[in-house]
Amino acid sequence: MKCDHCEREATVHEVTVRNGVKIERHLCEQCATDQGIAVQPSTPITELIKHYVMAQGLMPVVPAAAQPMRATACPNCNTTFAEFKQQGLLGCEQCYTAFEGQLLPLLERAHDGGQHHTGKTPKRGAGDAPATPTTPSKPAKKPVEARVNRLQALKRDLDQAVKDERYEAAARLRDELRKLEGSEGEARS
Amino acid sequence: MSDQSATPPTPPVPPEGEGAPFDVGSEWLRNDGVCNDVVLSSRVRLARNLARRPFSPKATRRDRQEILDLCRAAIMDQSSRGRLIWVDLHTSPPLDRALLVERHLISKQHSKGKGTNPNDDPRGVAISVPGERLSIMVNEEDHLRIQTMRSGLALAEAWEEINGKDDEIEAQLDFAFSPKFGYLSTCPTNLGTGLRMSAMLHLPGLRLTGEIEKVKRAATDMGLAVRGFYGEGSEAVGDLFQVSNQTTLGKSEEQVLHELEKEILPKIVEYERLSRRELLSKRRIGLEDQVWRAWGLLTSARLLTTEEAMQGLSLVRLGAVLGVLPPVRTTSPSGPSPKLANQLMLLVQPAHLQRSVGRELDQEQRRVARASLVRSRLTRAN
Repeated sequence: MKCDHCEREATVHEVTVRNGVKIERHLCEQCATDQGIAVQPSTPITELIKHYVMAQGLMPVVPAAAQPMRATACPNCNTTFAEFKQQGLLGCEQCYTAFEGQLLPLLERAHDGGQHHTGKTPKRGAGDAPATPTTPSKPAKKPVEARVNRLQALKRDLDQAVKDERYEAAARLRDELRKLEGSEGEARS
Repeated sequence: MSDQSATPPTPPVPPEGEGAPFDVGSEWLRNDGVCNDVVLSSRVRLARNLARRPFSPKATRRDRQEILDLCRAAIMDQSSRGRLIWVDLHTSPPLDRALLVERHLISKQHSKGKGTNPNDDPRGVAISVPGERLSIMVNEEDHLRIQTMRSGLALAEAWEEINGKDDEIEAQLDFAFSPKFGYLSTCPTNLGTGLRMSAMLHLPGLRLTGEIEKVKRAATDMGLAVRGFYGEGSEAVGDLFQVSNQTTLGKSEEQVLHELEKEILPKIVEYERLSRRELLSKRRIGLEDQVWRAWGLLTSARLLTTEEAMQGLSLVRLGAVLGVLPPVRTTSPSGPSPKLANQLMLLVQPAHLQRSVGRELDQEQRRVARASLVRSRLTRAN
């Protein structure tokens, strides 16, 4: 489409409705600027890609309030994000919570898109009593969350074992599952 | 040091006696197991940190001492008596530390320690004896780096052993773990499973046929890391390459194991074998020439650098595997074995060389000693 005022290609399209009448204007960037219409500088390619990806529903749109925390320093060990960027090393386990927002894109890149742990979980986190406690007074891990994860993993593994006709493994998994479910019942009662 | 660890380990030194069989003991030199024509060894390692303790960059000397004491007590418990030896690296001589690096039992970084004074940084390693299949570094980049090694392609076996060891330690120590991110590591590249599975591959065929770069690119595209003989940043001397997984978050241990052992590594092995077959059928004389020249160099030279020795040994190993190095007058009826080549690849390294002659040597003296060692080993009945 040509510009309403010159021969250049129209890139700015304005639609206004005045007294119920729709007025369309198609202008080139130059004429639009001359007429006092604010023209956005060209959108960076990364933004375009981002919009495209979001429009395709390929990327979850996280509302601002739900975005993970972005901190400049870890409240526990005082490691700053600048320090991390320089060394590539974190100062303590809580750095992962403090810098979660900044770390997530890095983690995705480093781990081929991986964002969540899949695999082994510590047995003690699943509620087993420690064999020999190192410090008896230490606070417990999040037992509920870990137990639920463990239960889900066991159920998945059990289904797979039955499907694969690995009955010995299935029996072992079933026993472990029962034990874990049993201890959950005890914990509730 | 405990009663189990009065002295730093003295890796068995090849006896100098005539005809005495020598064995450097390390599992990965045995040349046993599946695909041992190409795969020297399989290695699995786990990165673990203790809960509620600062990671290495923020740990003070006192923190590190406490971490060391806790981990050591958990590792060197009753059940490991006689099966594990403990080495305090901050009190061991530099040559002993260098030996452990050359044997792949500790990393270079662990040998050097943190800060300017390596003698003032509490750190150690537990090593299983005999066989050195298991080693547990304490106060490396992570509080614990557990690794197991096996001869040949045997990642499943190595994983089984390390998984059990991890359970044992975990029964006594609380690891830093989050349900979302898994095992929390000092460097986010190890986050999740903290697992690195790797195989040490001998790929001379692919180098000689000019296909090696293609394989390296393909492996990198599949999300694998390809490194040299001594890990990160090291050169691929002797046509030895370490291939390992990079992803530790979002992929379970079983998945990584399956991909490497059942899918990717067998393909690389097959590709190397194909190259070797091609060399034998289409370029046999060229191959024989290369192997025999290497043999000539190694059995005649009076001065050898590590690189020259490694390159020559690579070709001798290839010749031995393919049977193009027939028995020569001075060797045993079967000719030099691939196992001998494996062992020499370790024995020509600077620290092992100095240990074998029993004193420190400068660079020139090392070249003389290296040439002499290689000559005598290759031409002696073995």
